[in-house]
Amino acid sequence: MLYFAPWKIALIVGAIVVGVLFSVPNFVPESVRLEQTSSEGEAPEPKGIWTILPHQTVNLGLDLRGGSHIVFEVDMEEVREERLTNLAEDVRNTLRTSPPIFSARPAVVGEEVVVRLSDAEDMDAAMARLRDLNEPVTTTGGGQGMAQTLDISRGEDGQTIRLSVTDAAFEAIQQRTVSQSINVIRRRIDSTGTTEPTIARQGDDRVLVQVPGESNPQRIIDLVGTAARLTFHMVESDVDIGPAGEARTPPGVMVLPYPGAAEFGASPYIAVQRRALITGDQLVDSSQQFQDGQVVVAFRFNTSGATAFGEATSQNVGRRFAVVLDGEVISAPRINSPILGGSGIIEGGFTVQSASDLANMLNAGALPASLTPVELRTVGPGLGQDSIEAGQTAVLIGFALVILFMLAAYGSFGVVSTVALLVNVVLILGALSGLQATLTLPGIGGIILTIGMAVDANVLIFERIREEYRNGRTVVNAVEIGYDRAFAAILDANVTTFIAASVLYMMGAGPVRGFAVTLGIGILTSVFTAFTFSRLLIAVWLRRSRPKTLAM
Amino acid sequence: MKLALVRFIPTESSFDFIRLRWAAFAVSAALMLGSLAAFFVVGLNFGIDFRGGTLIEVQTQEPADLGTIRSTMEEIGISAVNVQSFGSDTEVLITVGTMSPEAVMAMPGVEETGIDEEQAQQVVRSQIQAALSDQFEGIEYRRLEVVGPQVSGELVVAGTTAVIAALFLMLLYIWFRFEWQYSVGAVLALIHDVIATIGFFAVTQLEFNLSTIAAILTIVGYSMNDTVVVYDRIREKFRKFKTLPTEEVLNKAINKTLSRTVLTSGTTLVALIAMALIGGAALQGFALALIWGVVIGTYSSVFVAAPLLTLTGVKRTSDEDEEA
Repeated sequence: MLYFAPWKIALIVGAIVVGVLFSVPNFVPESVRLEQTSSEGEAPEPKGIWTILPHQTVNLGLDLRGGSHIVFEVDMEEVREERLTNLAEDVRNTLRTSPPIFSARPAVVGEEVVVRLSDAEDMDAAMARLRDLNEPVTTTGGGQGMAQTLDISRGEDGQTIRLSVTDAAFEAIQQRTVSQSINVIRRRIDSTGTTEPTIARQGDDRVLVQVPGESNPQRIIDLVGTAARLTFHMVESDVDIGPAGEARTPPGVMVLPYPGAAEFGASPYIAVQRRALITGDQLVDSSQQFQDGQVVVAFRFNTSGATAFGEATSQNVGRRFAVVLDGEVISAPRINSPILGGSGIIEGGFTVQSASDLANMLNAGALPASLTPVELRTVGPGLGQDSIEAGQTAVLIGFALVILFMLAAYGSFGVVSTVALLVNVVLILGALSGLQATLTLPGIGGIILTIGMAVDANVLIFERIREEYRNGRTVVNAVEIGYDRAFAAILDANVTTFIAASVLYMMGAGPVRGFAVTLGIGILTSVFTAFTFSRLLIAVWLRRSRPKTLAM
Repeated sequence: MKLALVRFIPTESSFDFIRLRWAAFAVSAALMLGSLAAFFVVGLNFGIDFRGGTLIEVQTQEPADLGTIRSTMEEIGISAVNVQSFGSDTEVLITVGTMSPEAVMAMPGVEETGIDEEQAQQVVRSQIQAALSDQFEGIEYRRLEVVGPQVSGELVVAGTTAVIAALFLMLLYIWFRFEWQYSVGAVLALIHDVIATIGFFAVTQLEFNLSTIAAILTIVGYSMNDTVVVYDRIREKFRKFKTLPTEEVLNKAINKTLSRTVLTSGTTLVALIAMALIGGAALQGFALALIWGVVIGTYSSVFVAAPLLTLTGVKRTSDEDEEA
């Protein structure tokens, strides 16, 4: 008992020193640790001695530092519909290639594309052609499996063909759509200069966006939830449109809402050609600017866009074109002269904020599908600060009370457990900083709970020592037996709590997961400090003072 | 200088816990029945995590009148709303359950059309924010939470699964470390604690949310911890006193660990009471749940888990083989 092998001592002390080193940054002001000059959006670099020492502090959760946590759901229904519409178009084009196979127009019915051939004789030829549309599913890794993208079958009447997208293909589409969405969201949020946003896939079709310090979640919803599909279309002025947007449109023409038109007394609907002259991906370098006292979005075309727009405007001088954003017309200017410069502006009653957000979104690209917020949690900066302060006070007071309790009950052994408890809290802090785990408000609760429970191992050991001593053993012997006998109970007791913490972690939603992390770390460190470390302390003390009687 | 150390429990306690077991079982049975009755009759005050909806916590410059806020909510077309002060008279908590898209689109001032259920909840939030910002100058939004109907449904499943999974894993662990008779006793005691805690939430009408699930799992862990310590000692005593009647051995074991049980519960309670009093309104419900759990968990280890062993019939013959 009294003898600890030197390597053991080195290991115990080493572990504590490492823990202390990792916890120290939390007590040193940022200006001492980090370079002041860092570009926006990047974590500042450590300086001086902190380049070799750990320099990271505890990562505070959004509930403590303030910020927004929003989970978006990718609208896969919309993606499925779009895929089927495209498939119908492909079927039509395939059958039309010469020599054409005549059929009714392929239609989307439920989750299938149905095409009825004009002549049942063409069935085999049509099937053979349509099979060429089928291809192996490309997985996200880029590999190709056995699965095909389409199910193609003959209808019972011998004249119709049904095509549907296989589950495997749809899953691959879903994967791709979510990944693309994440990329677009990241570019959009980065462009606002936010520091340390978290953008991650959650489940099959959800994206989690966390932005520290943003207390207005609507801004993120607008930034992320807008598809930002921008297109330019020619206006068809000779279509009669009713007050509610009803109209008999010729083929290739559609009616779109134009909310801004009310300002100058025009109808809030406008008819435009279905075919887009220009799409948003042909625009580069969009930015918010002022022109004649108005806030506008300025842009340049890429080469193909400049050519297409130049041609279109040359042929249509005097007519109007519509700027369409996500199915709504935002402006419909008249073409006064051909626009050949390869750049332009969009007007549309913007505010500075909305114009710069739109510019950012155009630069970041359009989302492949709509996103709907399904969960939102925002904490303002004031509440976070209050929570930290209240939490800190509660930790300190809980700590002080527990120490008093232990000193009153165990005297000098209580001092040992107090030291062990102090080291324990430092180690928890160090582990949280080192692992960059997130400390949340329930996490602080977890630390307080750990402080209360951490002494349990000491209590178990000390009670056992008392008992063995009363049974007539010598001091040293009682201490030794006490530690040995208490170990099984300590182990079992902590394993069960650790099971609870692991389950919580796996179930893990935000703050609760933070609680699980601190509880789990706390269990590990408290077994180490209350058992191993306190044993070393007591061994050193016994060797020094060699007490004949046990004062406890 | 020699300070007298405090003895929280007499050194050689010899309470006859087992003799009290029928009384304790009766108390526990009453507690269970009461909890279940409260759960089914009164029900839990589910937070928006589990029922979906919108929660807004605001801080106003001047003390806010709850009645005025309620009538403002009525004006914008939100009737099923809960407005309460939270911490101080300038802090107000507003909660609204999930609203149907039809009801939301019928709210005055709502322009959106064709929205789905998830989008509707966001509209509710922005309408409330707009109305409050109009009414109170310099209002600060301290907390905004919107949980859509889909997510809240998933959280209910996840929460229930977590509690059941934790109970099951612990059953396995105790089975592995002890014999099945202990395992059954320990898990029965845990179920006892979980039901009593749910009863506590039904009676106090404290909000039942995700943190509550965390609290329940912690209580489960803590109570199991307590039970294991007692069981461990019981097993040891069984090996030592092979001929004593089971009741007497159990009593010896409980008494030997009593000092530890009281001390650990004491330190934990002291820390938790500090959290409940000073930790702020957000931690309070969590702390109260844990305080109740520690009390009930300590009680159940001594008065339920240990005495249950007289009923499950611990094998005492195979002890010699196990003594290695």
